[in-house]
Amino acid sequence: MDPSLILRVSAPLLLWVPMVVSLYLLIRGHNDPGGGFVGGLVASAGLVFYAISRGQEAALRAMRLPPATWCGIGLLAALGSGLLAWLDPAAGFLTHRWWFPDIGFKLPLGTALVFDIGVYLTVVGTVTAMVFALVGEEAR
Amino acid sequence: MRQLLLAAPILIPLVACAVTAMLWSRPEAQRRVGLGAAILLFVATLGLMAEVLSGGMVVGQMGNWPAPFGITLVVDHLSAAMLVITGLMGLAVAVYAMGPGAQERDRAGFQPLFHALLLGVAGAFSTGDLFNLYVWFEVMLIASFGLLVLDRTREQLDGGIRYVMLNLVGTTLFLLAIGLLYGLTGTLNLADMARVAPEVENQGALAAAAVLLLISFGAKAAVFPLFNWLPASYHTASMPVAAIFAALLTKVGVYAIIRVFTLVFAHDHALFGPLVGVIAMATMVVGVLGAAAHYDIRRILSFHIISQIGYMLVGVALMTPLAIAGSVLYVIHHIVVKANLFLVAGAVRQVGGSFALARLGGLWVTAPLLGLMFLVPALSLAGIPPLSGFWGKLVVIRAGLEAEAFVLAGVALAVGLLTLYSMIKIWNEAFWKAAPDTAPAPEWTRGQRIATFAPIVLLCGVTLTIGLWTEPFAAFSLAAAEALLDREAYIAAVLRPHPTQLAEVLP
Repeated sequence: MDPSLILRVSAPLLLWVPMVVSLYLLIRGHNDPGGGFVGGLVASAGLVFYAISRGQEAALRAMRLPPATWCGIGLLAALGSGLLAWLDPAAGFLTHRWWFPDIGFKLPLGTALVFDIGVYLTVVGTVTAMVFALVGEEAR
Repeated sequence: MRQLLLAAPILIPLVACAVTAMLWSRPEAQRRVGLGAAILLFVATLGLMAEVLSGGMVVGQMGNWPAPFGITLVVDHLSAAMLVITGLMGLAVAVYAMGPGAQERDRAGFQPLFHALLLGVAGAFSTGDLFNLYVWFEVMLIASFGLLVLDRTREQLDGGIRYVMLNLVGTTLFLLAIGLLYGLTGTLNLADMARVAPEVENQGALAAAAVLLLISFGAKAAVFPLFNWLPASYHTASMPVAAIFAALLTKVGVYAIIRVFTLVFAHDHALFGPLVGVIAMATMVVGVLGAAAHYDIRRILSFHIISQIGYMLVGVALMTPLAIAGSVLYVIHHIVVKANLFLVAGAVRQVGGSFALARLGGLWVTAPLLGLMFLVPALSLAGIPPLSGFWGKLVVIRAGLEAEAFVLAGVALAVGLLTLYSMIKIWNEAFWKAAPDTAPAPEWTRGQRIATFAPIVLLCGVTLTIGLWTEPFAAFSLAAAEALLDREAYIAAVLRPHPTQLAEVLP
């Protein structure tokens, strides 16, 4: 499959716009609909666009780390976010903690965000791993 | 500490899965991490078991959301036993998988998938929430699809597709049943559901949902008439994979049946007791006849899994303390023995060069030790005293006689005899008869030999221990049965008001 000129030129745009949107969705998930799963899907859509227009190698280079590693880091982040629960030994796993530092206004910081980032990374890793495998199949 | 131990059987395989996935291009390091995690998992499950024995049921509310709103993890006697067995099997197979073919397997992604499978199994045994159980089933299924087609041969893909199709239908029915039950009871927490279920007005719809659950769990457990996927796929998997499947996958279905039907639908026992009894009998008979008809070790063993599932359901069919204790004892014994037989079959393949009985022979001369290590689990499976299977069968059959279910007890006895026939068939053909002309020389290193035989010896030791020192295991099974039948205690333990309240409100 030979990607058209338009697709090739607009490829970086198709990568970075979904990336920014996905990060917005990830943060928005804090209080509104959104979150790591949707964000991860949007981000992987951007990467898949990129893989279709510039080829799989370029997309893998853009990701820096192999998809499986993204998955692994994501799983560890999600899991690690739950470990703080045991500051209180009687609490159940994944009990999230909150801090409210005063920096002019009260900034709510919670470990739940780390969990969501973990979900985000895992989704990106999984979806890209699957799609790249299929794209690779087609190219062969 | 209790909370840490409660979550550990889920956390350890999850970490192992993540780390081995990150080490994708370094199989050697993956193997080391995998083995370490398997050892850690076994130790953690033993710790959890000690905690249950000393302090009773361990309950944890994930994220501190109080039950029935959040997800609850509950580990009682039965769950703890299943988790310990999962840990033991994980360890045995992790070592066994370092034997012949380890390089190819690890390059194909065995380690992350194997630990994902353990994660799903441990989660299913720990959870106290019906929907969460479904999620763990899915985790387990996805990992097992990957493991089944690890060698990417045509045969494996064929078996894999059948496995996928039937299991997908099963899980879809499971989801339907969950939807119905949620509509009827307004809860997904098993303890809360058990509390509400007897008072539901529309008992007919509740029974229909229960039948859907029975079908979907039955398909997982490979009971009659939903067992076809098992003999169609297990014999294609590579040996460590087949062993862990044989040990754990169907037993998760059995566990789910025991859990749900002793807890949520216990009040409907007049309806489901006889139904499960008939299914149990048919499963025993069909499985053992299927095994008698085959001449490939893996297929014989696959059919025997089905036949043995029947014994485990007797507890649910009769619902007396003794019968449930029999089921628990049987599950524990069976997992060890069945996994061991698959491990031995792999060793037979390595030494004798084939799985087909016709092409094997003379192994008693060339590998007498292997013969002994086949005899221990084989005779135990058939129920020869004093091995572990004898005690399992004894308790099950005695429970049948006490409950005046004479047909059930009779079938269980006869099936034991036919099991012996199949085992003797393997013995005669593979070990006893003269070797066929072309006996290939075994080609394996010392390390591979140790990796193959160490878990077999370990599991033989466990079988002998259960057989010769039955007292603690029988007492434990009885305690587990009592805990299962004491629904009020389970409900109270899960739903009691949560003591820890953490400041999480906005200031």
